[in-house]
Amino acid sequence: MNVIWILFRREFVSYFITPIAYVFIVFFLGLLGAMTFFLGGFFDRGQADLAPFFAFHTWLYLLLIPAISMRLWSEERQTGTIELLLTLPVSATQAVIAKFLAAWAFAAIAVALTFPFWITVNYLGEPDNGIIIAGYVGSLVMVGAYLAIGSCLSSASKNQVIAFVLAVLVSLLFTVAGTPLVLELVSGWAPALVIDVIAGLSFIANFDAISKGVLDLVNLIYFLSVMTLFLFINIILVNLLKAR
Amino acid sequence: MAAMIEVEGLCKRFGSIQAVVDVSFKVERGEVLGFLGPNGAGKSTAMRMITGFLEPDSGTVRLEGVDIQDQPIASRQNLGYMPEGAPSYHEMTPLGFLGFIAGIRGFSGSEAEDRIATATQQTQLGSVLYQPIDTLSRGFKRRVALAQALLHDPEILVLDEPTDGLDPNQKHEVRTLIQEMAPRKAIIISTHILEEVDAVCSRAIIIAHGRIVADGTPDELESRSDRHMGVSITATRETCQQLMAGINALDGVAEAELDSRGLFVKPVRGSDILDPVRVVVGQSGLSVADIRVERGRLEDVFRAVTIPSGTGPSGTGDRP
Repeated sequence: MNVIWILFRREFVSYFITPIAYVFIVFFLGLLGAMTFFLGGFFDRGQADLAPFFAFHTWLYLLLIPAISMRLWSEERQTGTIELLLTLPVSATQAVIAKFLAAWAFAAIAVALTFPFWITVNYLGEPDNGIIIAGYVGSLVMVGAYLAIGSCLSSASKNQVIAFVLAVLVSLLFTVAGTPLVLELVSGWAPALVIDVIAGLSFIANFDAISKGVLDLVNLIYFLSVMTLFLFINIILVNLLKAR
Repeated sequence: MAAMIEVEGLCKRFGSIQAVVDVSFKVERGEVLGFLGPNGAGKSTAMRMITGFLEPDSGTVRLEGVDIQDQPIASRQNLGYMPEGAPSYHEMTPLGFLGFIAGIRGFSGSEAEDRIATATQQTQLGSVLYQPIDTLSRGFKRRVALAQALLHDPEILVLDEPTDGLDPNQKHEVRTLIQEMAPRKAIIISTHILEEVDAVCSRAIIIAHGRIVADGTPDELESRSDRHMGVSITATRETCQQLMAGINALDGVAEAELDSRGLFVKPVRGSDILDPVRVVVGQSGLSVADIRVERGRLEDVFRAVTIPSGTGPSGTGDRP
């Protein structure tokens, strides 16, 4: 445990001693603000809630989270530090978990910095703060799932650009799985069970369910399972490809 | 008691390339083993398997009797490793980086501070502790990686090209440091600088095409050179030309050839020709600046054993 904490701390601090943290947070907050106000019509709706704000989280994460996760393992492989790291008394499992947690903690800070939205709606009206808390919880577990996918694919390539593209691609599949576009594609021939499963894999649908205030355990477990699955593959890939 | 490092029958294949073939050796405490070989010979691959980074296809590695496959984490506690290229986290400062390593090694508080102070002093990093590693020169980067390997004062040290990229003074310092530590540790260093083998290694292994092609003390290896026990005469070209006929007629002389300094007399293996050559020179009445015996050159042995036979310039004498 102690080893994971030390690895976590190094990773986490490294976001802030490089420009990554600041650039990311500025972009994230700027884009999220622009989307919420201009595309989501935050004020025009005349409702004191954060629905338009949360609605854009999925799409923003789809593009921005792979930008954080792409460096997690490809950079280690590219610079050779993976050889240093994995010949210390550290297992690949500990390293994968620590790196993931550090990235997650960093993303959580970015999400937490959206608090002015929360203050704003509370100032303007009387929103259901329970729903907003549920939305934030859902957003955090969803970020974790995107990060796990990104971390996993980052270990698949030494090249950060390839890692980024792969992560966006796989994330996109999970994001849009439940949308009519995909469902129509399979509904003609696939059995109903398959369609249900595909629809159930959707990040959007699972996140919507949570952010509407239905803090259902099923949706949380879904995101946690995605994280576990991809981190597990992540560990296998790190062990398999570390010396290539 | 088991040797500090025991390597048995190590093999590794990458696709169709046999990177390491049946490499076995032992290193005892007090030994500094020099790993020599042309680039791409399999030195780094072998070191990666010894340190547990890479899994061998077959063969075992035991550090202090502990099989590194069975107990990967435990076997690394007493190992210090500087990988090829001396990697470190470049966004960190040497102090931050060594603090991280100290944490991983289980040191905290004043003990960690002491360890870091010792390692930075050994590697002379004091002046750059607060600068991002990114901004440091190549020599400093290498020393940061070296400090990382030394931090926990391990009894087993594996250093992949520890002096690469250092200037002559820094090379000397690192070699002195290795020599000072040698009695207490088992050390493997890889290098392609042959003078380094003479300077610090008690034993050298030459690897070519993944196989061990020579294993012995630097002296033993030098004696395999066909220049070993040869006699070098420093004199003018005319003098040498006059001497050649007489020297070539001697028993035990394989060949006398002119080189840039004068004449080099190659002996038939095992024969001592210094005195007979001196006699010839004395009788001729010609004056020469110097006559001395050569030890043989590691470089020649290196070339002879690492270049496939047939094309080998084995003992072609005096290339610059």
